[in-house]
Order: sequence, then structure tokens, then C-alpha cells
Amino acid sequence: MTTTTLTRPDTAAPSRPSGTDAARHRRKRVLNWIAVHSVAVALALFFVLPFVFVLLTSVMSDDQAMSGDLWPDSWNWSNYSAVFNTPGFLDWWRNSLMYALLGTVFTVCSSVPVAYALAKFRFRGRRTAMILVISTMMLPPQVIIIPMYLVWAQQFHLSGSLWPLIIPMAFGDAYSIFLLRQFLLTIPQEYIESAKVDGCGEFRTLLKIVVPMAKPGIAAVALFQFFYCWNDYFGPQIYAAQNPGAWTLSYGLESFKSAHAVNWNLTMAATLLVMAPVIIVFFFAQKAFVEGVTLTGVKG
Amino acid sequence: MSLSTSAKSAGRGAEPAPRNSPLRRKRNRERLRTLGFLSPWLVGFSVFFGYPLIATVYFSFMHYNQIKEPTFVGLRNWRYVLEQMPLFGPALWNTLWLVVVMVALRVVFGLGIGLLITKIKTGVGLFRTAFYIPYLAPPVAATVAFVFLLNPSTGPVNEMLSWVGLDGPGWFNDPNWSKPSLVMLSLWGIGDLMVIFMASLLDVPKEQYEAAELDGAGAWTKFRFVTWPAITPIVLFAVVTGVVQTMQYYTQALVAGKLASGVSIGPGTVIQPGYPDHSTLTVPQLVYSMGFQNFNTGAACVLSLVLFAIAMAVTLLLMRKSVGLIPAED
Repeated sequence: MTTTTLTRPDTAAPSRPSGTDAARHRRKRVLNWIAVHSVAVALALFFVLPFVFVLLTSVMSDDQAMSGDLWPDSWNWSNYSAVFNTPGFLDWWRNSLMYALLGTVFTVCSSVPVAYALAKFRFRGRRTAMILVISTMMLPPQVIIIPMYLVWAQQFHLSGSLWPLIIPMAFGDAYSIFLLRQFLLTIPQEYIESAKVDGCGEFRTLLKIVVPMAKPGIAAVALFQFFYCWNDYFGPQIYAAQNPGAWTLSYGLESFKSAHAVNWNLTMAATLLVMAPVIIVFFFAQKAFVEGVTLTGVKG
Repeated sequence: MSLSTSAKSAGRGAEPAPRNSPLRRKRNRERLRTLGFLSPWLVGFSVFFGYPLIATVYFSFMHYNQIKEPTFVGLRNWRYVLEQMPLFGPALWNTLWLVVVMVALRVVFGLGIGLLITKIKTGVGLFRTAFYIPYLAPPVAATVAFVFLLNPSTGPVNEMLSWVGLDGPGWFNDPNWSKPSLVMLSLWGIGDLMVIFMASLLDVPKEQYEAAELDGAGAWTKFRFVTWPAITPIVLFAVVTGVVQTMQYYTQALVAGKLASGVSIGPGTVIQPGYPDHSTLTVPQLVYSMGFQNFNTGAACVLSLVLFAIAMAVTLLLMRKSVGLIPAED
């Protein structure tokens, strides 16, 4: 889009003395700075306040949590140990961790070779394969859930566990394949060629050359997959609902409220405990997150 | 793609390679290698995607309660869902309402915050973190928190509204406000869109802004003629992925409805979803309650296929508008 067609209506206006002009310019810049930053602060409050209220409520006494009070009278940090002592809560942690860790390892190991082939091999049907990957990424999981459930429950008798969610991850995950492939496209072909000239086989090239270069992309995929599993509600609801011993944190959290019918303070403490690992990991791996998000959206 | 392969092999030798020639052996080896690398996905795609999709179509013509053998009933499930099922209309309406309102507001709001953050001169890292972090909050946790925050009688939000003399609405407990409350929850988690828009805004060439300024363009003109054309593909991407995500909108609506209803129920309890007045019932929730609570497998599969058809139609329609969405080859 060219901008040359735009005309400036006031080009003929008499120019003012340059001194006031500079002062006006500076004042305009300061006002602009103030405007931008006030809007930003107001918005930032909208984003941060929910966390603050949740934290404040999580340390209130049982009675106070039921009132509309915003500030706790006394700081009951023991609410957190009460949450940990809730029957099942530690099991949910263990299950969430197992689901998320195994799911992440399986996804990375199975998706890297597929993404590599889709990014760097030339073969007939590559475009079709890519379109199929994208369409599986696009489809709501509810579309295929019923036959999937029937297979796992009736053929393999694995309902009541998280295995029906973990095992498929050893066979590639569309979103991860897509994201990794976007990343691998940015690795220059020359590195791969020269590894082959040096006598590396395809698999060794992948392990010794491509994987080390793709570390940021792999880190992003691993993080996203970890949090996908950690946050997953639908999957555990389908397969684990009947067996509280297999519930995850995300799934169990909802029942927490019913176990303590109206204890908002404990519920908010539990809510923060479910969020905590995500937030902590984010602070250690900000760059990988942001790169990952950018990669899915921008580079084509 | 296949074109370039054949062009390449044609260039290599004009006459066809003889049987067992090194060239042919090499090509066979390459084919095997490709298959080997793709095999996890090939298996996963056929077993965990292809098969269930076909089975869903099969079950949509069957009467099946997951205990007795399925029996063929022709189009009866389809007719039931499309003509008689009392909750199908509200669920479809709610899903489409959310698709339109949520996606539109998310894109506008995300773009607004993206623009704002590129203008911030001081403390940009702090602001970026503040805007990004809610996106990471687990959906269940975020929903539980919002149901608490927006509780009409004891929640902090209505408490604060009362300070300025406002009578806060019933939020998740009012059928007119439950969907807007879900939209607010989703706007809180706008972080991913913000990052995507921010990255694409920073990619717009600076010279174009300078040229526009020389021509005396104001802020709006610069946005309209420089920024917008540069970011259109990203906006389209955000719309398509937004539509797809909202078509599968499930966890937040379900948890909000259950918690706000105040019924003491744990997971696995059979309840009528969509509290209040089915205003938060979405098609994915209906699939779940048909398939896993009413054990009406046929109707659930019909609903799945309706969801599938709408998701496919919308995606194809939007994708055709943009070449940039199908990732470029090479």
C-alpha cells in the first residue's frame, strides 16, 4: 500500500518560530507518554487484580471468605496446608505430573522426526500431509471422542486411568508437529547437506545437527504440551471420571468446591496451587513461550 | 509439491532409469526413509483420527446405548437431533453467539493491547508479563476464580461496584449476563493473541511509517494504510484459530455453569448443563451429556458431525481467503 496519494492539507500554513514549535512538540510527547501509560496501567490492573483478590481470599478465615470483604483480617496461611491435607489432593498432583511429563516426552520424541520429514524431505504428497496435519489440529476433540472412548473402554479396558490420554501422544501431536515444522524450516539446508557430505545418516543428522539447532523450538513445544496436559479437563473427565484415584489437579479442582461446599478461602488456595507450577515455569522460560506463540502465528 | 519432485527427477535423466540401477535404489531408499520418519504420525493419524471419524459416521446411523449391540436405525438419530431435541437449538445458538462475539472482541482487544504495548516506552517488560500471565492460568482454575470474583452477593467485583453506587449484575447467575461473563473471562486470557499481534506489528517496516508521516498522515491514516495491510494475514489467522477454539468451547462454560448453580456436585454427577436456563450450554457440552450421561451414542455422534461440519465449513471459508494460512512450501 502506497501512501504517496495522501496529501497534507496544511502545507501552506505559516510556520511558527522554531522555539515554540520545539516546546509544543515536547509537551505533546509528554502528554502522549502519560496517556499511553495511564491506559496501560489501568489495563494491567484488570489483568492482575483477579490474582490479587484470589490470593487475599485464600488466606481469609472461613467466615470472612463468605463476606464481601476484600482485605483479610488475619492471614491464615494454614489454609494452604489444609488444602494439601484434603484427601486425594496429593494423588491429583502425582497424576497431573505423570500425565504432563509422560505426555511431553512422548509428544516430543514422536513429533520431531515427523516435523523434520515434513520440513526438509522432498516427497510426493508432502503438501497433502501438511494439510492433513493442520486439519487434525483444527478439529474439535469432541468430534471423535465417542468411538475413541468406546475403543479404550471396551477393547483395552483402560477407562478409569489416564493411559488413553498418554499413549496417543507417542504417535505425534498435530499442533506440535506444525509448530516444530515451522521452526525447522528456518534451519538452513546447507547444515544438513554438509552433515550428509561428512557421512552422517539421516537419523544421525537429525540427532546430532538438527535437534541441537532446534532446541528453542523443541523447548517451546515441550512447554506447550506440558501445560496442555496440566490444564486438560475434557480428557480426564472422559477417561478418569469414574475413578477419583486417577483424577488430575485440573479435574479435581472442580470437585474441591463441592467437598468444601462454600469454603471460598480453601477453594481459592487450591486454585492458586493449581496455577502455581505454570506461573513458576513461565518465569524461568519466558523466552521459549513467547517464541513458541510467535512461531505459530507469524512465520509461515 | 509433487510437481517439483517430478521435474527434478526428469531433469536428472531423460531416459527412464533401468531396473536395479543405483538411481532407482537410491530413490526407493529415500521413500522408505520418508515413510520411517513419518510413521508415528501415519499410525496416529489413521488410528486416532481416521478410524474414529469413520466410526462416528457409522454410529450416527445406529441405535446404541453402549451395552446392547448397535442396531441400524437409518436417519432416525439425525431427525431426532435436528427436529426434536429440545436442547439442540439453545446449544447451537450459544455456540454461534460465542463464536461471533468472543472471536470479534478477542481480536479487537488483542490488537488494541498489541498496539498499546508497542507504544509503551517505560517498563515494557512488566506490562507484557502482566498482560501475558492470565493466558497461562489453567482454564478450570481461571473459571473457578472468575465465578468467585463475579459472585453477585459476595464477590469483590460487585463489592467494588457498590462503592461507586452501582448495582452489579448477577453475572454467571443471570442468563443475560452469563455469556458476557464468559467473554470477560476469555478476554482476560488474551496473552497469546497479544504476543502474536505484537510480533507482527514490530515487523511492519519503519520506513513506511516515516514515509506516511512525511505525507502528513495522522494516527488513523497510518493505521489504515500502513499497519492494517501488513497485519491482515495475522488477523485472519487469529480469526480462524479463534473460531476453531470457540467451536470447542467446553471447560469454562461447563465449570462456570456447575459452580454458579451452587449445587453441591462433584465431577461425574449427572446434571442438566448450561446453568442458568441453558444459557451456557454449548454443542460440545451437549455431545458429552448425550454420549456419556444419557448413553445415546447415535445422537451424540450426530451432534459431533454437526460440530465437524460447521468447524470445517468456517475454516475452509476463511482459509480460502488467505494463502498465507497454508504454510508456504520451501
